[in-house]
Amino acid sequence: MNFSQSFRLAVKSLMTSKMRALLTMLGIIIGVAAVIVITSLGNGMQMMMNQQFESLGANLIQVSIFGRGGGSRTIQPEDMYALAEKYPQYIAGVSPYVSTQAVVRKGIDEFKRTSIYGVSEAFYDAARGQALSGETLREGRFLTYIDVERYQNVCVIGSYLEQAAFRGDALGKTLTIGGAPYTVVGVLKEQARSEEGSGDDLIFIPYGSALRANGMADASLYLFNSTGRDTASTAKGIIEARLFQTFQSSDYYFVMTSAEMMDAMNTMISTLMVVLVAIAAISLLVGGIGIMNIMLVSVTERTREIGIRKSLGAKGRDIRGQFVIEAGTTSAVGGALGIGLGILLAQAAGVLIGGMMAGQNGGGGFSAVPTVGAIAIAFGVSVAIGILFGYLPANKAAKLNPIDALRYD
Amino acid sequence: MEHLIELKDVYKIYQMGEETVHALDGVTMAVDPGEFVAIVGSSGSGKSTAMNIIGCLDVPTSGQYLLGGIDVSTMDDDQQAEIRNKMLGFIFQQYNLIPKLNVLENVELPLLYAGVSSAERRQRALASLERVGLAEKCKNLPSQLSGGQQQRVSIARALAGNPSVILADEPTGALDSRTGREVLAFLQKLNAEGDTVVLITHDNSIAVKAKRIVRLQDGKIIYDGDAHDPMAVVQPGEAGEEAPT
Ligand SMILES: Nc1ncnc2c1ncn2[C@@H]1O[C@H](COP(=O)(O)OP(=O)(O)OP(=O)(O)O)[C@@H](O)[C@H]1O
Ligand SMILES: [Mg+2]
Repeated sequence: MNFSQSFRLAVKSLMTSKMRALLTMLGIIIGVAAVIVITSLGNGMQMMMNQQFESLGANLIQVSIFGRGGGSRTIQPEDMYALAEKYPQYIAGVSPYVSTQAVVRKGIDEFKRTSIYGVSEAFYDAARGQALSGETLREGRFLTYIDVERYQNVCVIGSYLEQAAFRGDALGKTLTIGGAPYTVVGVLKEQARSEEGSGDDLIFIPYGSALRANGMADASLYLFNSTGRDTASTAKGIIEARLFQTFQSSDYYFVMTSAEMMDAMNTMISTLMVVLVAIAAISLLVGGIGIMNIMLVSVTERTREIGIRKSLGAKGRDIRGQFVIEAGTTSAVGGALGIGLGILLAQAAGVLIGGMMAGQNGGGGFSAVPTVGAIAIAFGVSVAIGILFGYLPANKAAKLNPIDALRYD
Repeated sequence: MEHLIELKDVYKIYQMGEETVHALDGVTMAVDPGEFVAIVGSSGSGKSTAMNIIGCLDVPTSGQYLLGGIDVSTMDDDQQAEIRNKMLGFIFQQYNLIPKLNVLENVELPLLYAGVSSAERRQRALASLERVGLAEKCKNLPSQLSGGQQQRVSIARALAGNPSVILADEPTGALDSRTGREVLAFLQKLNAEGDTVVLITHDNSIAVKAKRIVRLQDGKIIYDGDAHDPMAVVQPGEAGEEAPT
């Protein structure tokens, strides 16, 4: 019944003393803005990570091999292929994955940021039309068994190289990798706007050649694909069992599924977010105390008004309600300002971080967008803080003796 | 017949350290509907104490206070607030308007606390302002009005809730004598229209405008009768009282 009047009065008194109102709300504004920025960035981070994992393929399993187990124990690609053949219901494909560094040249052009990976023919699943790490072929063919077996100097390139080195006409042409001429047999579909250093700036060559370039005998990284998201953990178990059989210890290899990586990443970001939000919540607490302080001042300043209202028939709860609404309005306005500020800051930070990451990620853009839930909770919490910290002063007002209050100057 | 206001052997005793002060010392009096009573007395005689009790802002230490036949001497704060809202209209010396609310909102206050809907509140508050001749100032803030106008707004506010008793505490105290007379004339007009008015003042010249005078001294009633009786304005043991104007 007198909610609307209390609300209007609260807004009016905020408007008439803007400086005081701003200082009162500062804690809430900073706290809410911080929460919005943190959750937005965390959210953007999570979205970007998930996108990247998704583009790698949710079925991806990475197998890293660190050593030889103190002897001549080694894992050969054939051992891994055998696993895939033995458990086709769980394992869809496997290939060595050998990253190497070498200068890529086409004529006088040099490509310094190009990623070079050595893989086997099994890296590309012709039936699904997709590589184990998610790429698809646009033109030509992928590496074949013969290419791999005979260390043929052929390669499959990304769309950036096709554009930059061959002006869109690469099939059958050659470029040099580490001085050796390679013939382009396939071109991949664009996946990251064909930018330098992006997921489109890459070359696949037979893994044997990459191993040779690295001066290594055996591949230390294999990529597997499980048949589905839900078979990933079974596939992981099978692979681990096989590796343990060779190394007799789990210290020399590490198997991780895409889903696990995603989960681990998400858990890490969430934990970080919770910790940061908890720190930001301290500011909200300080903001609440600020509101309590100003409300106590307000109750004292308006003792006479309280006396008048009581003489006219205001009950304790009417007065309490009025001051609680006033505190709630103050903190709600503070919360709204904080949300606005938070969104602006998050956007600015998003642009900044997005710019920093542009070259590195596989094209998944970064944007710091607050969730509707985070906004709603931030707003709700700020209103709740106002009500909570406004209650004590409001109760003090409600308990004033009308005679004393009327006499107060 | 049932009285509108009835105090039965009312005591209000304040304990000040060792000393006990009998602000009201066995007061028995009654006011019937349609009366215009002035409670007078010198400073410290207990007028404000009586006003607080009659106005349900305070309860007696002992004795009984019946308002409209209801015993209010044992009520709690919220019950008293409700009685004040329903039965009493206050007019204070300092007008006591809320500076941040405009004239209309000020007059609406008692109706707000009575739970009257906003449309009806507005309409009744305007009617009340009409009675004091200030309807056209309804959007003004109190600070934009003269003292006399502010006091008329406070009268409109007292009338808005349609109370049984108008309780005026030194209503002319802050006004010049001409405006004071206007306000008094207005109270007389209200009384003529049937409202019950209780006026509290230390000033005989004002008290005589009422129909009946109750004189307090040291918390006791020393005179209760017709305002035109010469005895009504005799002030024992007190000199320098303002001459009637
Ligand atoms: N809250 C209180 N505590 C202690 N003593 C009080 C209190 N209120 C009033 N008194 C005492 O009670 C007596 C009557 O006071 P009261 O205020 O009713 O007088 P009054 O007639 O209104 O005087 P004035 O004309 O000066 O306003 C005085 O002696 C006063 O000191
Ligand atoms: Mg007094």
